[in-house]
Amino acid sequence: MNAQIKKYFSIDSPSGAGGRLSLFDKVWNRHVIKTIDDGPSVLYIDKHLIHEVTSPQAFAGIEKRGLKVFRPQQTVATADHNVPTLEQHLPIKEELSRLQVDALIKNCANHHIELYGLGHPFQGIVHVIGPELGITQPGMTIVCGDSHTSTHGAFGAIAFGIGTSEVEMVFASQCILQSKPKLMRINIDGELKKGVISKDIILHIISKISASGATGYAVEYAGSTIRSLSMEARMTICNMSIEMGARCGLIAPDETTYKYLHGKLFAPQGTDWVKALQYWETLHSDEDTVFDKEINIDASTVEPMITYGTNPGMGIAVSDLVPSDKMMAENEKASFLKAMNYMGLQPGIAIKGQKVDYVFIGSCTNSRIEDLRLVADFVKGKQKADNVEVWIVPGSRQVEQQAIDEGIDKIFAAAGFQLRQPGCSACLGMNEDKIPAGKYCISTSNRNFEGRQGAGARTLLASPLTAAAAAITGVVTDVRDLIDN
Amino acid sequence: MKAINIIHSRFVPLNIENVDTDQIIPARFLKATTRDGFGKNLFRDWRYENDDESKPVVSFPLNQPQFSGEILVAGKNFGCGSSREHAAWSIADCGFRVVVSSFFADIFKNNALNNGLLPVTVSDEFLQKIFQQGNESTLTVNLEQQKIIIDATGDAELFPINSYKKECLLNGYDDIDFLLSLKKEIEVFETTL
Repeated sequence: MNAQIKKYFSIDSPSGAGGRLSLFDKVWNRHVIKTIDDGPSVLYIDKHLIHEVTSPQAFAGIEKRGLKVFRPQQTVATADHNVPTLEQHLPIKEELSRLQVDALIKNCANHHIELYGLGHPFQGIVHVIGPELGITQPGMTIVCGDSHTSTHGAFGAIAFGIGTSEVEMVFASQCILQSKPKLMRINIDGELKKGVISKDIILHIISKISASGATGYAVEYAGSTIRSLSMEARMTICNMSIEMGARCGLIAPDETTYKYLHGKLFAPQGTDWVKALQYWETLHSDEDTVFDKEINIDASTVEPMITYGTNPGMGIAVSDLVPSDKMMAENEKASFLKAMNYMGLQPGIAIKGQKVDYVFIGSCTNSRIEDLRLVADFVKGKQKADNVEVWIVPGSRQVEQQAIDEGIDKIFAAAGFQLRQPGCSACLGMNEDKIPAGKYCISTSNRNFEGRQGAGARTLLASPLTAAAAAITGVVTDVRDLIDN
Repeated sequence: MKAINIIHSRFVPLNIENVDTDQIIPARFLKATTRDGFGKNLFRDWRYENDDESKPVVSFPLNQPQFSGEILVAGKNFGCGSSREHAAWSIADCGFRVVVSSFFADIFKNNALNNGLLPVTVSDEFLQKIFQQGNESTLTVNLEQQKIIIDATGDAELFPINSYKKECLLNGYDDIDFLLSLKKEIEVFETTL
């Protein structure tokens, strides 16, 4: 059959890449082995990140073919989606979850894959540990069976989520078949207002272009505002690229990137560092590169944001009103009213003042040390409202340890916040960390889909600052009202 | 992978936009380590009240006997959100061979194609025409001709698919066979990095 397939398709090598190239083109061209005529390209993958939920069927698939993982040394595993965030030293209570985590341990051992499992000092959310260990580097191609793999694009890598059949392809060949996406650039320039952080920028963008506005595109984020952001803040933006449908998000590497990576465990060292840097410095879109779509945003127009509906495109400024259905087309109206009904919100009302039951600060979007520091600075000396339960779930063991070393854990304890152990937790409610039906959770995660945080749970997506403000007041709050005092 | 060419069938209409993969298969059902058996939890929280299989939501199309068949028809931006391939598995496991929408999320589309589940992209107008059909009406999807037909009215539209994937689906080939055939070239390529 192989020979048959090969014969059928004429295969071309990638084009000679003359002229002006975007950041995406440069990384893409370097990794394309072949392009099938009227078909996808064979894309070489530098790093394959895996976790317990989307890998077992892929391991079973290659084993059925009698294969071993082709490049285990380019594969890194962790347990994050389906792990408890309390008492991680004990065996996992829930049987199916335990079996899934055990399967990962067994599969990694069989295929000689490095596993940062429960109890390992590097364990954590796959998109938090990749960067913090220096596994994620500029110019790489990175895939993972998780849609938020777009996070790693903050380093100028092509990084995207894949399905389990594709995980199997990478196991078998270290390659994947991908069609080249169209290119979009979003330029954000100017200074951010007080109380506005990177999460607000990305929620603002998605609210403008919708949950499907970037489908089929790779999105490069550029402009002076992006350049001024830390790596962790850039990761938050790239992380949510998938929430507007983008295949991936990228930011050109710069001094901030190099400074972040320098000295990280798996970052190049010595002469390798110098050589790597030479390559990385070429990774930017050439001047006058033409994009299929280009959007400009004035940073000073971005407000603290929150979502009111059941997809991440349904976002507004915290001080704005929920839209009214009066002006909507019939088609849109039905989906909108379905969302309002699920959320228990009236069209046209103010979202500010809406009662909140839970606050979740965590997920691959906002669980890094800067997020925790920001929240700690804000809540120091304050107390959570009586009506809310507050869960802080660090993105990794290293983040957790750092929070303890810096005394952040004590600030949280004094405020009545619960600092839990690392994992995906209430972002997707696979483990016990679920929000009860009908309850409102202001969450720093990435998805407000129906049932995402538990069947019937109502999610309001926001920045860590806005979430922390709600934790203190017990209602949706414009964080600036508290900072001003 | 099972080959696919012509599907002639009744359809299940799901006239909702932005159906995300958390709705198709909620995360709490992703704990299995095999590909089988996800169909019973397809659209779980829309299909049953309070997670109770003895309480089907009467208004949900999958629970309505007048709707059946191998074709699922859904509103635009179908399959957005999580990359979980379990979404494609659960739809296929329920007996569907084709999903029709006016717009598919990228990762879902790939996952469907990798499982012999054909995503058919039609115009918004054509999608509305399908939704306007009566309960017992049928559709014909012809992959070879890249054509979808509303049988009762004869309305037809061509749909796009790249010729590589089309050939794979028509013959039941999968990408891994193809990639394995390139192993030598991949090894040579690695020396250039």
